[in-house]
Amino acid sequence: MSTPAPTDRLSRQEVAHLARLARLAVTDEELDLFAGQLDVILRAVARVREVTGEDVPPTTHAVPMTNVMRPDVVRPSLPRDVVLSQAPAAEGDRFRVPRILGEEA
Amino acid sequence: MTDRLVDFDEVLTRYEPLIGLETHVELGTASKMFCGCATTFGAEPNTQTCEVCLGMPGSLPVANAAAIEATIRIGLALGCRIATWCRFARKNYFYPDIPKGFQTSQYDEPLCTAGHLDVEVDGETYRIEIERVHLEEDTGKNLHVGGATGRIHGADHSLIDYNRAGIPLVEIVTRPIPLTGAKAPEVAKAYVTELREILLALGVSEVRMEQGNLRSDVNTSLAPIGSLEWGTRTETKNVNSLRSVERAVRYEIRRQAAVLDAGARIVQETRHFHEDTGSTSPGRSKEEATDYRYFPEPDLVPIAPDPEWVEKLAAGLPELPAARRVRLREEWGLSDTEMAWLVNAGALGLVADTVAAGASPSDARKWWLGELARRANDAGQELTELPVTPGQVAELTRLVAEGTVNDQLARQALDGVLAGEGDPAEVVQARGLAVMGESDELVSAVDAAIAGAPDVVAKVQGGKVQALGALVGAVMKQTRGKADAATVKRMLEERLLG
Repeated sequence: MSTPAPTDRLSRQEVAHLARLARLAVTDEELDLFAGQLDVILRAVARVREVTGEDVPPTTHAVPMTNVMRPDVVRPSLPRDVVLSQAPAAEGDRFRVPRILGEEA
Repeated sequence: MTDRLVDFDEVLTRYEPLIGLETHVELGTASKMFCGCATTFGAEPNTQTCEVCLGMPGSLPVANAAAIEATIRIGLALGCRIATWCRFARKNYFYPDIPKGFQTSQYDEPLCTAGHLDVEVDGETYRIEIERVHLEEDTGKNLHVGGATGRIHGADHSLIDYNRAGIPLVEIVTRPIPLTGAKAPEVAKAYVTELREILLALGVSEVRMEQGNLRSDVNTSLAPIGSLEWGTRTETKNVNSLRSVERAVRYEIRRQAAVLDAGARIVQETRHFHEDTGSTSPGRSKEEATDYRYFPEPDLVPIAPDPEWVEKLAAGLPELPAARRVRLREEWGLSDTEMAWLVNAGALGLVADTVAAGASPSDARKWWLGELARRANDAGQELTELPVTPGQVAELTRLVAEGTVNDQLARQALDGVLAGEGDPAEVVQARGLAVMGESDELVSAVDAAIAGAPDVVAKVQGGKVQALGALVGAVMKQTRGKADAATVKRMLEERLLG
């Protein structure tokens, strides 16, 4: 899970690919704009590397905690009408979503 | 669409198959992986969800200790190394079966790695290397509306039940399994069968395949014999019966051979298995789907299993199926071949349970491998799917041993049990199947047989005792099989020779 070394500039193609994965419609002008902006962010974050040494392991958590677990005990779920009221669309007892393309299930 | 297929045996003269399996197991915890919602199967849609498993902003997951423990025990049973430190990761993708926009899974830091499982096919042992065992969460269930029922093709929208979303799911991944040759389909089935037995022994999952507790993705590829490189593989998803695992591998081997023979290339893709036709068809293409942008889950802290805890779990593992087979084989005095029949028929656990319920090992084997195996085969079912319990089979053997019914009547009693008419004793009573004692009815049937065949009687009395068989047969016919043949023979002997 290493971040790519930011030696090269983030390309338009990479931004277009990320936009597609994130289901974002991005115009050509925006591709240039975001590629530039994201590049600045990546470079800023990459500066952290300059101050870390071999003796500092990468971390994902600010607090050095492990093994936070809960016992296997059932707690009440939310009422269905409350749950379904949060959805953009529901039908009967279920969430309703637009048709799913691209996969034969 | 009909695929062109090459005859299976012919494929093996030219190609070497390589298989691999990814098996998903829903753990049998009471609550979900990261929240306290219940996991009851068959509950009303969307009644077992909350802000955590629906991925509401601001909600925080907390790992279920029982699920972590179960995963470690699975790893230990498979001889895996247990991680001393590992993390959950987000697997990002948009698909409505996951409400969060990502599945909480594990990526490059699985809980368990580098194990193995030995399986036996036709007396040959195959070592299946286990690459990893990791913990993740199950997804919701889609119901596609419009178009052909339940199919995504032509559907105009989908309805979703998130009860299953967030149930702890263990993924067990094998390394590629080489050099299985013509046995590839059976090795795949034997692996899933043995894995299922282990999970049952551990008590970590109900492993009901028909309820989707255990689903296997089957990877298959072919390479020309002698080739140094493996071919492109396909991944057949969610194969959810033991028979289907074997059928899916066999089908893919035959289909891929036809593609390669035609000079075409195998496309790396996900395929779906169809139970009705035993065929596979292409699913979503893989290239983009694999771009999951995994990253460590920031809302869950790392898991660092205490080595002492792991040791304690290892010491507390139950007797595993392989050891149990050795013990039972010795206790029952069976040969390796007899034992293999039992195992291959999927009858070992059933026979063991039947013996535990009071039947003799030989009676239990006789019923499960004989009458019951025949009926399962006729119905295209596994033995375990037959609607009869080991306790009921044991009761049947007891009724035979006590002389309440003979074998033929016992089979009729079994008909009733399978038809849902109750336990064997109830069926015997309700259908009037009990063997006739020396009742007036039987006495008059004997009288009638003697009166009806004076020539046979003469033979018997003249010293040809074998001729008695014809009279016994006549009585049995008269009583529609309800008499006990030994009793009838004795009565005839008393009357004619006594």
